[in-house]
Amino acid sequence: MAQDIMEQLDDMKKDALKEIGNIGAGNAATAFAQFLETKVDMTVPSVEILPISEVPEITGNIEEPVVGVLLQVMGEAPASILFILLEDSVERLVGMMADKEVDFSDLDDIDLSALKEIGNIISGSYLNALNKLTNFNLIQSVPECAVDMAGAILSTSMIPLSKTSDHTLLIKTQFIEGSQAIEGFFFLIPHTGSLEKILEALGFDLE
Amino acid sequence: MSKEEVIKVRMAEYGVAKAPDQLITIGLGSCVGITLYDKNKKVGGMVHIMLPENKKGLKPPKYADTGIPLLIEELEKLGARRSRLKAKIAGGAKMFSISSSNNSSLNVGERNVIKVKEVLQEENISLLGEDTGKDYGRTMKFFTDSGRVRITSHKAEDIDI
Repeated sequence: MAQDIMEQLDDMKKDALKEIGNIGAGNAATAFAQFLETKVDMTVPSVEILPISEVPEITGNIEEPVVGVLLQVMGEAPASILFILLEDSVERLVGMMADKEVDFSDLDDIDLSALKEIGNIISGSYLNALNKLTNFNLIQSVPECAVDMAGAILSTSMIPLSKTSDHTLLIKTQFIEGSQAIEGFFFLIPHTGSLEKILEALGFDLE
Repeated sequence: MSKEEVIKVRMAEYGVAKAPDQLITIGLGSCVGITLYDKNKKVGGMVHIMLPENKKGLKPPKYADTGIPLLIEELEKLGARRSRLKAKIAGGAKMFSISSSNNSSLNVGERNVIKVKEVLQEENISLLGEDTGKDYGRTMKFFTDSGRVRITSHKAEDIDI
């Protein structure tokens, strides 16, 4: 049986990852607020280790159409960042940015690039925090976007991790803008060996 | 009154059923759904694989090379005969078109489909139908009373394979 780091994460390591999530999300909220020129709050991120089979269900309905923005993280600890926005949130968010009525079933290229830009800002802020804490120089790729059923986007994004584990690490964050909750799911998906490197850089002895 | 059950097959899992029950797997992206059916016995199974090869002894139904043999075995326990099994497959899409550096995971949909076909050939199981590739997610529903497999998506018309 392969050694599965996901099954060895104790509360202390989870707390450390949660703290990275917290700091990253705080940075991201600030960047996001500046971008939208409004006040944006973020909920405290939750860190969960899930069996891979449950992943397609984590945003709710597997078949529900969503927007997924995927970025590759390159450097010492390769990873993917996936940002998922549900239908209502996409309409509100793009509506806020473009100052117009937005119909999810009729998103154009400009709407999608606006969403990619949000993915860019959020993951950039997140990586900044991660780099500061670990002394890594992680950089991100150009974002890619897909509009399709949640389960298909989620399962595909988990592939790099699923090669070495039957579990996944999920950091979920929610933004709140004014009275309208815009719910975004943010996932950090460490590729093979990366979680170990992050934990070691944070001072954990994994031997 | 029919009282057929709909059995949900989750990612990296499998399911087997007898007529009139149905098997469904939702949200196939680059993953591939494989159905195997014994028409005489009206017994069928479905597996939802994510990757081609199980190199590290992980969960067998997650991989083409361990998931298909596992499904055959489970179907035989239900009375299916290996020599009568016929396959249908769906999925293997390319959901994101990332062009940068890293990776083999990008064409994983395509690699999954190739491996699934190889394994089916090794097992001497003929492929009756497929809806694979392209760039969108699919849901696969398998009716064990007839062997019909219905594919639905947000991007294309529903089809039967």
